[in-house]
Amino acid sequence: MGEFKVHRVRFFDYIPSAIRTMAFNSQTERLAVARADGAVEIFNFNDNFFQEKVIPGQDGRAIEALCWVGHRLFSAGLNGEITEYDLENLRPQYTVDAYGGPIWTISSNSQGTQLAVGCEDGTVKIFAILEERIQFQRNLNRHKGRIISLCWHPSIKTEMELLVDRATGASKNKEVVVWSVGYLSDHTIISGDSAGKVQIWNGLTGTLVRTYLVTKWDVLVLSVSKDESSVIAGTSEGTVIQFQFISSTVDQHDKEWVRTRTFRNHSHDVSALAHTDTAVVSGGMDTQLVVRPLLDKVEKNTQESALRKIAFPHRSLVGCAKKAGLLLFQFPDRLELWKLGESEGHGKPGDRLPVKRKPEKLIELKRKGEDHICCSALSACGGWLAYSTVSNVRLYRIQYSNTISINKVSKLPKELRSVHQLCFSSDSSKLFASSCQSSVIVVAVSQQECRYLHTLKHKTGSRQPVHLLCASDDGKWLATANTDCEIHIYNLHKMKLHCMVPVYNSCPTTIAIHPVTNNLISVHADQQIFEFSLVQKEYTQWSRRLQTQGLLSLWLERDTPITHITFNPKNLDHIILHDTYMFCIIDQSLPFPELNAVLWNQMTLKSLPVSQRIGQSHAFKICKSFQHLMCVSLLEDLSLVVVERPLLDIMSQLPAPVRQKKFAT
Amino acid sequence: MKHLPHLEQQAAGGRARVAHTSNTAASALVRLTVIRIWKEDDILLDKAFKATVSSDVWKVHCTHGGEPVVLFQRGAVRLLDSLLAAPQQPIEEVLAQEEAIRWSAIIVTETQQFIIITTEQKGEHFLYLQRLNPNSVQRYRLEREEPGLSPLSFSATYRDKHICLLYLYPNGHVYQSVLSVRGLGTEEGVQALPLPRSLLLGLPVGDGQLEAASAMALDEAHVAVVGVPHPSAGGGKGSLSFQLLGADGGLYDFGRALCLHSTVTGLTVPSHNFIAVYNLKTSLWSYSNKVFIPHGKTLSIIPFECPKSSLASALGKLKHTKTEESKTPNSVPSWNNILHGEKAQPSKSAETRRTRMTRKSQSTTNLTTDQVLELIKTAPVEEIQKEVEGFLTRAEFQDLQPSVGQLALTLVSRSLADPAFYSSSTLAQLVHTRCLCHSVCPDLVLLALEKKDYFLCQLCLQFFPDIPEAVTCACLKAFISIPDVDAEKVSLEPDSVEFMENLITRDRAEAGLQNGFSPTSSVVNDHQTRAEDVKKASAPSQLICPVGLHKAVLINEILQTPYSDTFLLPHLKDLSSQHVVLFLQYLQFLYLKYSQDAFPQMEGFRSPSLSQIMDWVCLLLDAHFTVLVMTPEAKGLLLNLHSFVKSQVRLVSELGKIEGSLQELHKMKAKESIGQYSIEIIELF
Repeated sequence: MGEFKVHRVRFFDYIPSAIRTMAFNSQTERLAVARADGAVEIFNFNDNFFQEKVIPGQDGRAIEALCWVGHRLFSAGLNGEITEYDLENLRPQYTVDAYGGPIWTISSNSQGTQLAVGCEDGTVKIFAILEERIQFQRNLNRHKGRIISLCWHPSIKTEMELLVDRATGASKNKEVVVWSVGYLSDHTIISGDSAGKVQIWNGLTGTLVRTYLVTKWDVLVLSVSKDESSVIAGTSEGTVIQFQFISSTVDQHDKEWVRTRTFRNHSHDVSALAHTDTAVVSGGMDTQLVVRPLLDKVEKNTQESALRKIAFPHRSLVGCAKKAGLLLFQFPDRLELWKLGESEGHGKPGDRLPVKRKPEKLIELKRKGEDHICCSALSACGGWLAYSTVSNVRLYRIQYSNTISINKVSKLPKELRSVHQLCFSSDSSKLFASSCQSSVIVVAVSQQECRYLHTLKHKTGSRQPVHLLCASDDGKWLATANTDCEIHIYNLHKMKLHCMVPVYNSCPTTIAIHPVTNNLISVHADQQIFEFSLVQKEYTQWSRRLQTQGLLSLWLERDTPITHITFNPKNLDHIILHDTYMFCIIDQSLPFPELNAVLWNQMTLKSLPVSQRIGQSHAFKICKSFQHLMCVSLLEDLSLVVVERPLLDIMSQLPAPVRQKKFAT
Repeated sequence: MKHLPHLEQQAAGGRARVAHTSNTAASALVRLTVIRIWKEDDILLDKAFKATVSSDVWKVHCTHGGEPVVLFQRGAVRLLDSLLAAPQQPIEEVLAQEEAIRWSAIIVTETQQFIIITTEQKGEHFLYLQRLNPNSVQRYRLEREEPGLSPLSFSATYRDKHICLLYLYPNGHVYQSVLSVRGLGTEEGVQALPLPRSLLLGLPVGDGQLEAASAMALDEAHVAVVGVPHPSAGGGKGSLSFQLLGADGGLYDFGRALCLHSTVTGLTVPSHNFIAVYNLKTSLWSYSNKVFIPHGKTLSIIPFECPKSSLASALGKLKHTKTEESKTPNSVPSWNNILHGEKAQPSKSAETRRTRMTRKSQSTTNLTTDQVLELIKTAPVEEIQKEVEGFLTRAEFQDLQPSVGQLALTLVSRSLADPAFYSSSTLAQLVHTRCLCHSVCPDLVLLALEKKDYFLCQLCLQFFPDIPEAVTCACLKAFISIPDVDAEKVSLEPDSVEFMENLITRDRAEAGLQNGFSPTSSVVNDHQTRAEDVKKASAPSQLICPVGLHKAVLINEILQTPYSDTFLLPHLKDLSSQHVVLFLQYLQFLYLKYSQDAFPQMEGFRSPSLSQIMDWVCLLLDAHFTVLVMTPEAKGLLLNLHSFVKSQVRLVSELGKIEGSLQELHKMKAKESIGQYSIEIIELF
């Protein structure tokens, strides 16, 4: 296959934001996760935990609680506002001030008609949920302390349980804060508090039934399973402890709450928990979302039973100008433009070449306004840079002479206001922006002006946001993918819809159009790969063969999605794609691996003499030398750019955990 | 003479040799060429059987269990019976011209008799080892000491199929040579082999040389030396003194030992006798723990005792010496300490030392060791306790070693003789001094067991480094069979109890109480109710200790006692199968506790280690496997044990893998230093 010069980049200082809270919608199997910077992410648990949507954060929006009401998502935060989100346009739909100071908790009743929020001033406010908005209904009696946590009784209509934080605990001179409560249909109340205890109370008599001391630190969050047979508690130590309502001995029928399992998947506070039917989902200060299947609920030794850690977003935060050798790093609050370094001389495989010129940060661009950056794009020539927040789009012209100049393009068409995805055409003459209702706005970009050309629309009626955009090298085609799993192809010459790729039931995680054959490669959340001929409007032979033979289970069981595809201009059969833990070059000229073949066969091939390699090699050339990949791209000079973000580097920048877990202590 | 059947006496200046033997019931007196024999019950000098032989007789040797042997002056050896059968038979000359016998002895082994002869020829010394029946002789040459020095005394003993020859030179060097009785007789003749020797002891002799001295091995560890002048008294006035040499390097002043024992045996020897009367031909015998020293017209009989404690603590099976060493000061009086201490004041004689000692004991108006010992024989328990306590507080550590042993011995023997008498606290006090060990007082542990004094048992198990496996096993058996109710009544060492308490009640701490409060601060003191509590709750995951708390503590002591497998196994087989099952259950409980909870070995607590537990499990299984296999109630236990052995094996193999991987990591680490940016070449195939 050959040698590659690899620019191994580790200077992308991306730090994910800590997970603050989460809410699981068991009807739609969607998990909403709120991060400390105010961003809300939606994960689809039906589709390999794919991160479908990201609603960018905003300065000052400190979300403390999330709540699903049917398909509607509400949040409340320390800014004192209740927000409902527009999940189609990925932005807040409206906000309502509760006038009770910071809001610590929000909860809806089981009928989805009322929303209760707990406020700093000790009031519980009830809002009626109407179509399109919410309306204040009444205040409950005011309590002395702030309302930290509240919970509705699952079935009784009007009753509501709430606990204030000023409960006095075991030691008299220490205030104990009940961080979280759960209310079960049989009037059992479960509380988790800052003394590290999970306590089970009888709600009818008000008596304490059982106390479990689970940690030296705080129990921060509780979550009750839907069938109320299991409760999980997250602690400051990073552990999640499960309690189950079971009979302690086999024959007995009287059940009690018993501490059963302890999960240790976090290094820091577990501040968000969700109990799905089959798994424990946890997140916290260490920024990773962990899905831990309960082994009694899933089949063992399957993909379903594997622990999943989601550390990076499922979309690319790195842009690469292939011609200019530039990298664009997207942070919530800034963009960084880097020029790659140069080496001299040649080396043999495994060597590290001396760096003649170090990489250089050309531009650091701070965003304006309080909305965080949601997407960005860099043109292939490196001359144009665009980014967007929920409220506006900015386009910059960058000129490289002796010095670098960056000029904001002042007059943008009014259609370019709120976009989810940006993309330049390969000749840098057009900018594509996905907008509301799956539409794509085409804007002509030139030295002189920035002119609105067209809005591309499809006819399926899907209103879901477009999360992937891809233009062909020859400038004729544009492919879009939305979270309804639809992929639309537009003819840019005619400015109209060309065709739609047959809908596959898993969301595309990345798409790309081959520069020569104009075949569309799409990779989906379930790791399937398709090749679709745009000209013939059908799947290619190669794709059909791949589907017939099937992918190896080792490929299908990878737990991070493919987030980027590039092609090798020198060898048209090569497709380069990557996920977090590997990159892979698929050689379309080679046979697919047999079902019993070794997928990671690079070491075997290396040990074989050249003559025997051909017999052993297959289409998937997988390289795992680089880990925690944010981007793998092939520059025009055929050198690879690999952007790594080691988890250890992220860990080292997090605040110290409350208790350092050391080996054998 | 009745208790001295083997006494050989060399009358001063006389030319007659006498042998007495009990099995022939006759006495033989030899006058050079004439042998006369008397019957024991008819000792009229006239009524003697006379036989004239053809050569001069050197000595008639006779010993218990052997036939009388006649040694001729020229080295030939004949059995008395065969000689008497033909008195005029020709006697060959074994020795060369100008070679003369200096010393001879007879050694009787299981099957044979040996005569050992040392000779001198022109300043050279030879040794003949003559075997009788069939006769063969081997000649050895003694290595030369400094020119002009001849060995002053020889002593030969037989042990472990070897003859040990001890000889003393005037310069104070005591040598030992070991002769095998097996490799004899292959090469008969006058070819003298060099005799290998090892320097056992260099006695300090001051400026001059010993004029007369004698050394004798008392047992494998002790040597008695009598001599003039006192080896450590310097060149001043001549004095006779005795020393016992311990194999551990300790030197015990015999004079002091005499003092200690004189009241016990009722034999008092005025000290001036030792100094005033001595003979140039000093000689020394020992029989039945007494040393006999003839000098002039006096015969001194000195009872002695080889203090084994020092040997045991120096060479014993002290497995945890390292940890204990820091705690206990060296309880063995060191030869060097004594020596150098005395060398610094060379004028000090044995006499002055003795008076100093008595002065010291008189200055405090309290009882001496001997008085305490007397007291123990008669006084009531309380008084003994008081006196022993007083004695222990004022005694110097150096002096404690022998006296504590005596005290304990006396106490134990009285307790054994008088069932009503038993002083637990005094014995415990003595054990606490750490000067005692099992060899010194072998009956102590068994006595404690008999009296059901489990606290003392625990102490003994803790402090004695040399408990024989049989006794360990007896303790184990006793401990296992104590009813739990009785065991809980016993007061045991609080530390070990606390350890066990922690172990048993550890994971109960977080269980809540119905409508109760603050489970963290509630520590229930009564373990008995708690143990029952455990049983009631009977959550399957919870481990239940199969034995009571105190019983567990006692068994823990057993687990920590040093042992050797080969000696322990036969005794272990005596355990009944129920006991074995119970013991195994307990061991399993310990094992699970240790491994499940990642149990931190509590600092400061004496606790059995995981490997000790596993060793015992293995031993028990080895001893009882066939029985256990047939016992239905042991089946589950065996399966469990099997599974944890399996898990251990798996763990070890996994650890091996991890080790391998870690080593790989270690190798990799060298090249792993990726900075923020690098340009690398990779190759894909």
